[in-house]
Amino acid sequence: MSTEKKKEKILDIKNLDITFDTTAGKVHAIRGINIDLYQGETVAIVGESGSGKSVTMRAAMGILAKNATINSGEIIYRYRDNKGGIDYDPDLDEGAEWKEADILKMDKAWIRKHINGRRMAMVFQDPMTSLDPTMSIGKQIMEGMIWHYKIDKKDAWERSVKLLEEVGIEDAEKRMKQYPHQLSGGMRQRIVIAIALSCNPDLLICDEPTTALDVNIQAKILELIKKIQKERNIAVIYITHDLGVVAKVADYVNVMYAGKIVEVGNINEIFYDPRHPYTWGLLSAMPDLDTDEPRLYTIPGSPPNLLHEKEGDAFAPRNAYALEIDDKKEPPMFEITETHKAATWLLDPRAPKVEMPAELKARIDRMKKEAENNGSKL
Amino acid sequence: MRKYILKRVVTALFTLLAITLILFILMQLMPGSPFNDEKLNEAQRASLYAKYGLDQPIIVQFFKYVGNMFRGDLGVSYKISKNTPITQLISTRLPISIGVGFAAVLIGALVGLLLGLLAAFKRDTVWDTLATVISVIGVSVPSYVFALALSYQFGFKLKWFPMLFSAKDILGSTVLPSISLSMFTMASIARFTRSEMIEVLGSDYMLLAESKGLSGKKLVFSHALRNALIPIITVLAPLVVDLMTGSLVVEKIFSIPGVGSLLVNAIQSNDYNVVIALSFIYSAMYIGIMLVVDIMYGIIDPRIRVAKEGD
Repeated sequence: MSTEKKKEKILDIKNLDITFDTTAGKVHAIRGINIDLYQGETVAIVGESGSGKSVTMRAAMGILAKNATINSGEIIYRYRDNKGGIDYDPDLDEGAEWKEADILKMDKAWIRKHINGRRMAMVFQDPMTSLDPTMSIGKQIMEGMIWHYKIDKKDAWERSVKLLEEVGIEDAEKRMKQYPHQLSGGMRQRIVIAIALSCNPDLLICDEPTTALDVNIQAKILELIKKIQKERNIAVIYITHDLGVVAKVADYVNVMYAGKIVEVGNINEIFYDPRHPYTWGLLSAMPDLDTDEPRLYTIPGSPPNLLHEKEGDAFAPRNAYALEIDDKKEPPMFEITETHKAATWLLDPRAPKVEMPAELKARIDRMKKEAENNGSKL
Repeated sequence: MRKYILKRVVTALFTLLAITLILFILMQLMPGSPFNDEKLNEAQRASLYAKYGLDQPIIVQFFKYVGNMFRGDLGVSYKISKNTPITQLISTRLPISIGVGFAAVLIGALVGLLLGLLAAFKRDTVWDTLATVISVIGVSVPSYVFALALSYQFGFKLKWFPMLFSAKDILGSTVLPSISLSMFTMASIARFTRSEMIEVLGSDYMLLAESKGLSGKKLVFSHALRNALIPIITVLAPLVVDLMTGSLVVEKIFSIPGVGSLLVNAIQSNDYNVVIALSFIYSAMYIGIMLVVDIMYGIIDPRIRVAKEGD
């Protein structure tokens, strides 16, 4: 993160609401979401499968499935126009005027030309399936550069080789000519990252970038993204269900449940002072070697079917701390600090005082102590 | 790659040799003989057998035949057109059959591909339904029914094309048979293309390509088509074989002087050499098509190309 410069907001998702038309009926997948993101920052979106994490990000990139309907909301993307260069150059942008565009109002051609790849790039979950099996690695990396910046093939080749080296691939020249099936999962994910970086984006969306990889490679990929983020001042959004990943990388965390953000805060607030019972559940469900509990905690029940609208708080049926009002009225976002908010009636002044589970409390204390000993931010 | 092709060609040659041997044995097992004419007496029959070498043991006949074949001599016809060399007999007929067959494959593959792509891109619309209906009809109705229907409508009523083959208008005469033969290929390809394309369009790599900001056209042409085409090539080869068998009947309906009708006649009259020669040609074409498909596979699918190089 560049230190003195004022960080500008680059993405502002306001009150986004999306439904999908399926053969079974309308699925209300996203129910009013607010997320904002500043230059160079890392935001994590955490939640179970089907909570709407990926859908939100696809909406932001303008690549939603055809059966999606956007009912309301805005996705404001802020950018500077002279940042058109293919090379990352921090000085090029200085003094340029900031422009903004609501991605939901733009047509597909505009989004393709200005946003996709060029300013927002995506890294997908499974590197085994996210590369075209019939196209060489080199072609897949060069494709975006040639398309967006109209550079010649030789130039694109040289840049791609450099990129491959940047993402830690040895024998880059040789790899350029190879096909995805000839490479390991970790290497393929590095290549997906190289593709994402090829057009010098401001924002990288990582959709569970390490879920399909083994733990060893996971850590290396996270390190790599972190390093690149620092060097190029890129903002990163992580979509994940793995709080271990979140703890390693994020500045801010959004906890999503059933198409809504139920708790948002900076990393310390979410990990050390969680307020929403769902966040408690997620933290308790993290594997922990130091615990005396013989069994790993799981949140009881399963996520609601968004095909059926339900009155009150969607999490109430699985919530051991649910109040009567939870079945009748959806809780608003209660502000705890300027950055920390949670949507649970427990924060209402009239609510009975409820503490997080003792086991979790003990765990958080352990985590804090460990963090102090290691001197890391967590 | 070159080594692989060479290996395949050698295997193909041995396969053809085995097919010829089996054909020889089968012909011997068939009841009757080309010289079943009641007017012939025993001695005349024996002298005919001796003349064509049919009195020798089958293994000797076989090797003699294969030896002649390498010199381009497929023997003579015993019955249909007495003593005419078979090479001469088929030299005018084979091009017609191949022409009709080739046109049928081409029409079937192209129209099927377009229909399948239309159905996949306009999924769950009227176009999709229409393509599905056409495919179901094409797959379930045999080619000779199409042949009769087309020849009635466009040959008899509208008189756009000749009903029967005419040497004066060879091109026009092959239109209806080609179309009726192509229906099955077209329908199968359309169905297959649709399901392959839908699968490819829903894949992660298409999403990644889309997130790069490529245009729809570029997405289809540089990513989707190649991936969807690979499996389609595999089904095309067996379809060509179906087409060969279909051509036997369709040639008869339009009285096309092709090899299909010749083969039917030859089987009916026990004309050994003609049956063997034509069956051999059919087998050779089939094996050849399979070989071409395999090589094409290697060209468009890098996963196979590399595996072969490692061979």
